[in-house]
Amino acid sequence: MQFMLMTYVDETGFTKLTPAEQEAGIAAYRAYTEAIMAAGVASSWGRLQPSAAATTVREADGKPQVLDGPYADSKEQLGGYYIIDVPDLDAALAWAARCPTTSHGVVEVRPFWTEPS
Amino acid sequence: MAATGRAAVTSQGNAARDTAEMVARDSYGRLVALLAVRTRDVAAAEDALADAFAAALADWPANGVPAKPEAWLVTVARRRLIDAARRRQTGDAAEGTLRLLAEEVDAAAAGPGIPDRRLALLFACAHPALDPAIRAPLMLQVVLGLDAKRIASAFLMSPAAIGKRLGRAKARIREAGIPFAVPDRAELPGRLDTVLDAVYAAFGDGWGDPAGTDAARRGLSAEALYLARLAAALMPDEPEALGLLALMLHAEARRGARRNGEGDYVPLADQETDLWDAAMIAEAEAVLRRASTRGAIGRYQLEAAVQSTHVERRLTGRANWVAVIQLYDALQALTGSPVVALNRLLAVAEIDGAEAALGEMDTLAGDRRLVDYQPYWAARAELLARAGAHGESRRAYAMAIGLEQDPAVRRFLLRRQAGLPE
Repeated sequence: MQFMLMTYVDETGFTKLTPAEQEAGIAAYRAYTEAIMAAGVASSWGRLQPSAAATTVREADGKPQVLDGPYADSKEQLGGYYIIDVPDLDAALAWAARCPTTSHGVVEVRPFWTEPS
Repeated sequence: MAATGRAAVTSQGNAARDTAEMVARDSYGRLVALLAVRTRDVAAAEDALADAFAAALADWPANGVPAKPEAWLVTVARRRLIDAARRRQTGDAAEGTLRLLAEEVDAAAAGPGIPDRRLALLFACAHPALDPAIRAPLMLQVVLGLDAKRIASAFLMSPAAIGKRLGRAKARIREAGIPFAVPDRAELPGRLDTVLDAVYAAFGDGWGDPAGTDAARRGLSAEALYLARLAAALMPDEPEALGLLALMLHAEARRGARRNGEGDYVPLADQETDLWDAAMIAEAEAVLRRASTRGAIGRYQLEAAVQSTHVERRLTGRANWVAVIQLYDALQALTGSPVVALNRLLAVAEIDGAEAALGEMDTLAGDRRLVDYQPYWAARAELLARAGAHGESRRAYAMAIGLEQDPAVRRFLLRRQAGLPE
């Protein structure tokens, strides 16, 4: 089963860390990404720019409307993702629990849509 | 005057609630076992008991706590069970069962104490016909009354999924004819293993920790220890039940030493032995001695004996690695587990050096089961560092860090990795 692990974090948190803590945080993510790739579980992953860099597009009155900033104005923002292929939800949760995000944010685990066969 | 009156009512209400909670904690499994032993319908027994507890919370604050709260609860629950069965319009056979149940429950309620059928309940929860992964959660729910939400977090499962699986397991107990009985002598050894394995699974992640990194933080250690004590108390002549209790007591005794004042992880070798719980260790040792007089060795006694040799350090100042290796040899012969082999290699490294252990470890490296086994990578990283293979060690640490759930252990490993010479 394919799942997306989406990491939601308070973006202001990182800037409040000491340089040593920042370095340790980055090393933890690097190690996690290395492990999840080495285990043959993740097919791709990505880290996003802070939500301030986001732009939204929608249609208003039949015309495109473009706005600065993220879609949801919440404290925690999507910061990255891993796409994994594992036997079941339990295995996906085991990988989510290892993600460093769990100690400073939230990891959302969602299965991919599959066409009913 | 009115205020005083209300305070008195409130305090009576609190006392009633406290009594209800205390009865719930100490008697939940006893009452479920008694109510379900005939019908094998655990879910119905739990529903009836939940109704009875709700009735108690409404009745006791107003009318006072009854002299025999358990008997009161079981009588109400029995009435609910029979009402529910009548609503389902079950046939004559069910009537007979329920009449038997009613007589039994009434006799129990009239007697001095509720008879203890929890051993039969433990064997039903760990029956081989049930999915092994659901046995520990089922025990925690049915014997201790834990809710699905709490169990879900402890076992890293979704609350909805575990609720469904618990429901299915209970249905299977009812429909597949899983007996509420202690197996007979011939069948007992294998069935006992499934009960003990489930209790141990509730405690942690099984095979202990090669690098002293206790992995899963279940947050259910008190509940699991309660189950282990219960199993040992109900089967005082089974050496493996005693062995499991000794093993868990040893592990629990060191809990306080596993974190320092800053909340950082402290590996076994660096733990301050003064912080180990001496009373709990003494209890573990006494239980293990009692097990050894039965003259039947087994996995849990051997594992408890390994823990016991670690404790020697408290007395002698150094660990007895020769004894540890011998115990792991015996465990290896019994289980053939790669995790045992890994633990053994760490002891080998203490005596023959890291290089020798690494040489043997290469034969383990092909085992697929170890690829995402965090303690394997942590052990490998540590040995590689000691052998001076810093580049390889750094990569192994990265795997260990990436696979670790516990932030304190992650920080510890990150520091080790950063401390490697360039």
